Amino acid sequence: MLAFDFFCTTEGGLFDINATLPLMAIQVVALTYILNSLFFKPVGNVVEKREKFVSNNIMEAKNKLSEVEKLEADLLSQLQSARSEAQKIVSEAENESDKLYKEALELANNEANASKEKARLEIENQTSSAREQLFKQAEDLSELIVNRLILKK
Amino acid sequence: MFLNYLPTNFAALEVGQHLYWQIGNIRLHGQVFLTSWILLGALLVFISLGTKKMENDPKGLQNLLEFLWDYIRDLARTQIGEKVYRDWMPFIGTLFLFVFVSNWGGALIPWRLIKLPSGELGAPTADINTTIALALLVSLSYFYAGLSNKGWRYFEYYVHPTPIMLPFKILEDFTKPLSLSFRLFGNILADELVVGVLVFLVPLVLPIPVMFLGLFTSAIQALIFATLAAYYIGEAVEEHH
Repeated sequence: MLAFDFFCTTEGGLFDINATLPLMAIQVVALTYILNSLFFKPVGNVVEKREKFVSNNIMEAKNKLSEVEKLEADLLSQLQSARSEAQKIVSEAENESDKLYKEALELANNEANASKEKARLEIENQTSSAREQLFKQAEDLSELIVNRLILKK
Repeated sequence: MFLNYLPTNFAALEVGQHLYWQIGNIRLHGQVFLTSWILLGALLVFISLGTKKMENDPKGLQNLLEFLWDYIRDLARTQIGEKVYRDWMPFIGTLFLFVFVSNWGGALIPWRLIKLPSGELGAPTADINTTIALALLVSLSYFYAGLSNKGWRYFEYYVHPTPIMLPFKILEDFTKPLSLSFRLFGNILADELVVGVLVFLVPLVLPIPVMFLGLFTSAIQALIFATLAAYYIGEAVEEHH
């Protein structure tokens, strides 16, 4: 009885196909057009505009990043050259000061040597003159002694 | 006694009974149109609220609608292909939304509380007319898509890769709408019947997991219908080399 009602009645039943079918089809087609103009187009416009915006921004950021990297490399090389130049200048200055120091040292040494030599010569002179004087005095004294001894006799 | 009791009350679920509308000499299933108008009206109100004030930084409803749009686009793009998916996205999306709203509306809203003179309100997709209408629209669209994209070369598809395939491919043109319509119809009707019988037999607690299962089935059926429709269109526009 139940199965009979399901499939075989002229009126009603699960598989009762009538004008509902084409009307529903028309309704769905109409709904497609309505949803297209109400939903798919406006939302699509907004989403695609945003996607374009985002991808443009990403592209721009990438360009900027590569520019920054280039500038950084540039700066780094400049820094490198400046550093080596500074190194050169420092070493030059060191060399120069070393030279100057050596020169000054040599000069001072020479001067000291010269004055030492002079002093030595003077001491020698004075020693020899003092010795001569001493000899002379000793001679005189011996002559005096001799004279006195001889005269006493 | 119980066994005698069951079938009569099963019949009380009013399976296969309709609210007939007579216009001229054509007859319509009124309950299908009533529920579909209510549900589609709600859908349209929801969508127009969400798209009323479109902003570049989406908020609230617009967010949800954009997610939905993205979901439908992904579905259409993966099945139809990059080249023509734009033309078919509104159709696929409408199928998905219509089936989804019908299934969920049928499952979530307690239609049985509204008494009709004959038949009862329920998911529009639980009526064979609706599902056949949708399936035939899918058939028409994939023929149209194939013919408009490739002209008469569309029929190369029938002998691809060998002419032996010809009868099977012709048969497929009949089985596609048949399987589409009956899959949807059967699933939704079965779900309604199971829930109805369970609610009748055990009105407390027990029907709830089945109702959740029904919601899951409903969503899956909407996805399957839209995906298959997109796949058939994609198959028709695909270039064979």
